[in-house]
Amino acid sequence: MLVVEKNALTEEIEVLVEKFGSDRSSLLKILHEIQKKHRHIPDFAQQEIARLLDIHPVEVFSVISFYAFLNTESKGRNLVRVCQTITCDLLGKEALCNAIEREFGCKFGESTKDNKFHLEYANCLGLCDQGPAMAVNERVYTKLTPEKAVEILNEVK
Amino acid sequence: MNTEIKKTERQGAVLFTEYERGIAIKKAVSMNREDILYEIKMSKLKGRGGAGFPASTKWMLTAAAVSDKKYIVCNADEGEPGTFKDRVLLAEYPELVFDGMVIAGYVIGAKEGIVYLRGEYEYMLASLEDYLQAMRDENLLGKNIGGREGFDYDIEIRLGNGAYICGEETALIESLEGHRGEARNRPPFPVTTGFKGKPTVVNNVETLACVTKIVQNGGEWFRAHGTDKSTGSKLFSVSGDCKKPGVYELPWGTKISELLKIVGAENTKAVQVGGASGHCLSKDQFDRTLAYEDAGTGGSIMVFNESRDMLKVLKNFMEFFVEESCGQCTPCRIGNTKLLEGVEMIERNDFTFSYINKLKELGRTMQVASKCGLGQSSPNSFISILENFKDEILNKGNGGSNGK
Repeated sequence: MLVVEKNALTEEIEVLVEKFGSDRSSLLKILHEIQKKHRHIPDFAQQEIARLLDIHPVEVFSVISFYAFLNTESKGRNLVRVCQTITCDLLGKEALCNAIEREFGCKFGESTKDNKFHLEYANCLGLCDQGPAMAVNERVYTKLTPEKAVEILNEVK
Repeated sequence: MNTEIKKTERQGAVLFTEYERGIAIKKAVSMNREDILYEIKMSKLKGRGGAGFPASTKWMLTAAAVSDKKYIVCNADEGEPGTFKDRVLLAEYPELVFDGMVIAGYVIGAKEGIVYLRGEYEYMLASLEDYLQAMRDENLLGKNIGGREGFDYDIEIRLGNGAYICGEETALIESLEGHRGEARNRPPFPVTTGFKGKPTVVNNVETLACVTKIVQNGGEWFRAHGTDKSTGSKLFSVSGDCKKPGVYELPWGTKISELLKIVGAENTKAVQVGGASGHCLSKDQFDRTLAYEDAGTGGSIMVFNESRDMLKVLKNFMEFFVEESCGQCTPCRIGNTKLLEGVEMIERNDFTFSYINKLKELGRTMQVASKCGLGQSSPNSFISILENFKDEILNKGNGGSNGK
């Protein structure tokens, strides 16, 4: 990481700490914002958050490792999560996933070569009445067919 | 996002009725706190998240606790597979939920309310924030609410980060405090030692919505619906093999067979009541009623027709629990893994009956030895599916292929 990048990241975290407060209960809010912007939480960010909240960096790491939506390694720019829980599974999740894998040449759990997408399975998205369902970043799509799912992903920038 | 059933089509006796934001708040602030508590006690309202703890007891304990700060937490971390009623309530009836939170704050003497919204519902955040702002503009949040001198209260929405376990109230509080979402030992209960060590009420979205209606129409009115032990009505999230999946409001005490008719389910083989952590009922049990005293549920109803392979269904559930167990206590961490291994053995047709019986025994141990509700309830589907669908799964070679 370049020094300028580090400085920018520190500044970003300082703004967040200013906004949410330096109390421990702000930790997840800060992590959420960093994750949303960078799609992962770099080591340096963990150290800076720990320093500004006055906790040990290991504490920050242990929290990140607990939650499914937070990760320390860089992933594709857009996070694609297909619901794998029972109702979506019954409604044809597998065909959906196979189509996506074929179209983008990468398996679930991996990122595409151009780093545009990271494919993941998700547990119940709470859209069981409208499955199969998929989330692309924060947006959700319902009642998908394999064709529709691929179309939606092709439109993502 | 398109919803199958439109708001105008929703029918119900208690929650899906006409309501305009602020009515119940204005009525509440003109009443004594004790009188509101009395109405809620009269209504016999029980927690709608699934556990069914009496709401009035929770509130009284928190109201009686002496502390400089108290908190109201709305548990909108609905992660149970097959549950989506809170999504509908928050999207279409936010007035019921938020008014209920304000009333809770008034009764208990809290100044802060927190909605713990599951991360999967982040797309709702912006509109909910706008809604809260509109409430502030109408003096339904903020200082001296509804003209009641000294009643200051505000609501904040916090996002979850994709952890099923955070729907457990003490894990939720840990998460709010910025820790790993691991359940705490109880006692002490959140009513005395909750968020930041202060007395905290954690209520399900639907429970709070019921409170609004109870304050509006009275406890007697609420109690007139449902059965003697399960009062009021319930939102059921119906999904799976039926013509009209969606959220239905039905009185407690409705028979499963009646519900199946309403949602247009045909050739039904099994109904999973209460989500992955609930029980799977076979045909001969469809005359059971949905109520706390019979087939209790947080609202999830999943319908499976004759073409489904119940072993595959069970495998999906067990994979879910292995992934979502927080790993803190051994019965749940190891137990769920062992149960999944058992399912895979049956799948490979490489099992012995004595080992399966041992696994059921392990499941019963998990029900008593696990630290929180996750491990206590995750063996339910393992035990009930293997018992109710024994012939299909264990006595038919490779789990019955059923054309799948």
